[in-house]
Amino acid sequence: MPKLYTFLKYFFVVLWACFVIAPFLWAISTSFKDFNSVTGGATYIPWLQFEPTLDGWSVLFKPGSQGGINIIGPYFNSIFVTLTASLISIVLGTLAAYALSRYTFKAGIVKNNDITFFFISQRIMPPVVLSIPFFIFLSSLGLLDSLAGLILVYIVLLMPIAVWIMVDFFNRVPREIDETALIDGCNPFQAFFKVVLPNSVPGMLVAGLFCIIFGWIDFFFAFILTFTKVQLLPVKIVALNSSITPWWSLSAAALVSVAPLIIVAFIVERYLSKGNLSGALK
Amino acid sequence: MSLMLNHISFKPTEEYHLNDISLRFDSGKMYTILGRTLSGKTTLLKTIAGLQTPDSGSINFEDTDFLSIPVWKRNVAMVYQQFINYPHLNVRDNVAFPLKQRKMDENLIEKEVQEAMEKVGLIGFESRKIQELSGGQQQRVALARSLAKKAKILLLDEPLVNLDYKLREGLREEFKKLFNVSDESNSILIYASTDPLEAMQLNGDIIVIDEGKILQTGTAKDVFENPATAKVAEITNDPAMNINKCLIQDNSLIMNDSVQIQIPDELKSVPNGKYLVGIRATDIYLDDQGFAFDVEISEISGSETFLHLRNNNLKCVATIEEVKTYNTNEVVKINFDKSKIYLFEESGDLRHSPYQQ
Repeated sequence: MPKLYTFLKYFFVVLWACFVIAPFLWAISTSFKDFNSVTGGATYIPWLQFEPTLDGWSVLFKPGSQGGINIIGPYFNSIFVTLTASLISIVLGTLAAYALSRYTFKAGIVKNNDITFFFISQRIMPPVVLSIPFFIFLSSLGLLDSLAGLILVYIVLLMPIAVWIMVDFFNRVPREIDETALIDGCNPFQAFFKVVLPNSVPGMLVAGLFCIIFGWIDFFFAFILTFTKVQLLPVKIVALNSSITPWWSLSAAALVSVAPLIIVAFIVERYLSKGNLSGALK
Repeated sequence: MSLMLNHISFKPTEEYHLNDISLRFDSGKMYTILGRTLSGKTTLLKTIAGLQTPDSGSINFEDTDFLSIPVWKRNVAMVYQQFINYPHLNVRDNVAFPLKQRKMDENLIEKEVQEAMEKVGLIGFESRKIQELSGGQQQRVALARSLAKKAKILLLDEPLVNLDYKLREGLREEFKKLFNVSDESNSILIYASTDPLEAMQLNGDIIVIDEGKILQTGTAKDVFENPATAKVAEITNDPAMNINKCLIQDNSLIMNDSVQIQIPDELKSVPNGKYLVGIRATDIYLDDQGFAFDVEISEISGSETFLHLRNNNLKCVATIEEVKTYNTNEVVKINFDKSKIYLFEESGDLRHSPYQQ
């Protein structure tokens, strides 16, 4: 019985791995093709089935005057905006979540859970609903088409995620740990920074991972709130589309834009699987 | 030097968590708060620690108003029933944490930490992570941290309840030793427990609490022999003392139609009327000439067997000094040790104790 179980387990893991990895392999293969080898039937293996070329990749780095889109600027814009917005969201979100988890707020009928729900309710609305208010808001601040404006909007989008994950996390951390810190001579701020925060790293990493993913993949707001001065990667990639869909450079662009997420996910996964904190709080 | 609680009440919801509690704790002494789960023990300890502010009343310690001092300046120590430590620190740093917080000299910290670790038997575990320790060891760390502080008030909230039987017995012995040693430091030790046996073994002053109210205070012997009310008798015995309604009429004690006993001489002066009769489970014994009871549940506990018995509407629990399996609905014949009968008024107040002179 355990043998069969082990076999089935690995069977499905391998199956799932193929399911996940296959598109990547396909994209890698396609990114080295040109028009003829894409349209000339199903081929997968370079040199054997088609002649590889770097055209798809070079378009991404050539300036517009040479028929390229040069994603380097937008790439760093995207990294900067995502990381800054995620960082601010996690810092503010963690503080808000701790307060929501540990202190009782009451204003009429509004209580802790209502405030928590208020945060997440920001994400219930479809982005389209927010586009006009955001546009007017940023334009009145003179922040349209700027990195600062994008960061501001992304904080609004990402902080609810951080708050929600961290409220749940703090609710699992026994209050007695805070209380023990107070008894051991910490004032409430010291209790938070010296005891609660160091034990919240796993939660913050998960929250950070989600913030980075949701920030990085946003196309809609990056598209609406920027024009020419500042562009983010997802918007820039769309510029590749012309009368003929360039599958080769789209594949290359897809790989380039997904790479940071894979790296971040690996780092976080490594840290969490070390398990040095996950089982600590019984 | 003493800690005085004056008319402390705490009523966060409809029910009182603490109901007009006035107590006096003297330094160098040990107190055991005995009460069932949710009786208000933890709330009382948290109020003394300062984690909870009572609705009314005052607390004085060394002639200062304790309630005006925030938790982190009160210099108390507390050990919870859960094993609460700082997971991000190793054992040594856990114990040193309160001392570092006080900005003590490093060498002095090292000395105090070593001393505390030695007391609880954790030498050799200094650089271990908390997660690598067993439950018993984790609780020792928490205990070492509270001892290292040399706090004037040490609060222990059922510190042994989450440990397995053997560890519990071992640690309790060590506790007694530790407390005797720490007597010299003139601290007040308050130990909360649900277990009457534990309370008796620790042999401090006992405070019986129920539904947020103090029912009785006194020495272990006093509370055990002369419980002030039927409720106290239930709380201070495990299994709980059997309390049943009864009628005293013409020198016989009538529990129901079939269970009637001749009352012993010392009870003859009691006027006829309705009372509550209390009999400890250990004072019920098997007797072929006794009363027939049906077995409802039988449970084996160590070298004893607890029998939950029923005779019509009359229920009681008996402790049999042997390990034996009884079937449900099996009929057993039992009798009561008449010289150990307690009598309470219908209101619950003690009327007669076998230990009364």
